[in-house]
Amino acid sequence: MHELSLIANLFDIMEKKANEKNAKKITYVKLKVGILSGAVPELLENAFEIYKKNTVAAEAELDIEKVPLKLKCKKCGEVSLKNDFILNCSKCGSTDLEILDGTDLYLEKMELEIE
Amino acid sequence: MKKQEVMILEDLLGSNKKIAGDIRKKLLDKGILAINLLSSPGAGKTSLLERLAEILSPDYKMAVIEGDIETERDAERIRAKGIQAWQISTGGACHLDAKMIGKMFSKIPSDLDFLFIENVGNLVCPASFDLGENIRCVLLSIPEGDDKPKKYPKAFITSNVLIISKTDLLNKLPFNIDRAVQEGLDMNPKLNVFKTSAVQNTGIKELADFLIENLKKLRQSNA
Repeated sequence: MHELSLIANLFDIMEKKANEKNAKKITYVKLKVGILSGAVPELLENAFEIYKKNTVAAEAELDIEKVPLKLKCKKCGEVSLKNDFILNCSKCGSTDLEILDGTDLYLEKMELEIE
Repeated sequence: MKKQEVMILEDLLGSNKKIAGDIRKKLLDKGILAINLLSSPGAGKTSLLERLAEILSPDYKMAVIEGDIETERDAERIRAKGIQAWQISTGGACHLDAKMIGKMFSKIPSDLDFLFIENVGNLVCPASFDLGENIRCVLLSIPEGDDKPKKYPKAFITSNVLIISKTDLLNKLPFNIDRAVQEGLDMNPKLNVFKTSAVQNTGIKELADFLIENLKKLRQSNA
């Protein structure tokens, strides 16, 4: 249950960007949540709804895109996408892999209302 | 009133990662090996540290940062072994973060060899927070069951070391140690596996040797 502290970080970033752009409102927020980010999308949604009251994003809609694991095989070079946590190459089965994506949690974009 | 879409691409854990990176650099400069211990509550992190202290403290200087929601109990146990320990009481938070460790930094002696960080007992949230450690150890104790690695993937995937603890209970409980280890290795083939019992004092020496070897590597990389 560390999602509330993640959402607190999100609002720090959102408010800073909204200020820079002189935005009156934030109307849409898009998060990308890696399946290995350690955050649960439903809990992020709940935390967002609690946190947004009386902020510049009070009416904002939250959109969460789940990002699968993206693995690059160091043996055969195959890049595979995985929705489970069995870390092997889908082509040659090697476990010598580099994780390219699916571990992060980031704010991709926002929609602002500017006067 | 006009609408504008702005691309941001900013990591929500970016500030934590930055502080953790600064901590890692400072530790490297001082030649200190930091070890972050993760497990569910009661897996035996503090007992393991008590045993490690007995083996390491004659030749090496170690200190411990204890993370708990409340109480000084763990820090007191470590201090009773003659080891410097600081307690972070998170007051409800389910994990330590890099900022909390950064605040402790001024207290850490420069001539330290090992800095152990005992995280809040929880197999979920601590896995997401880099503390600037060099080695992350996840403990799985026999009473928890051999099916845990795949239930808590992030803790096992982000660790360098898997410690199966309380092995003295293996003949009392139905725990398939090969299954537990294999589940961990399926997700993370780079895991170094140790099987320990703090009660029988087994497997701890091997773990201590591994840490000493990694301390040497860290200092060579810095030379």
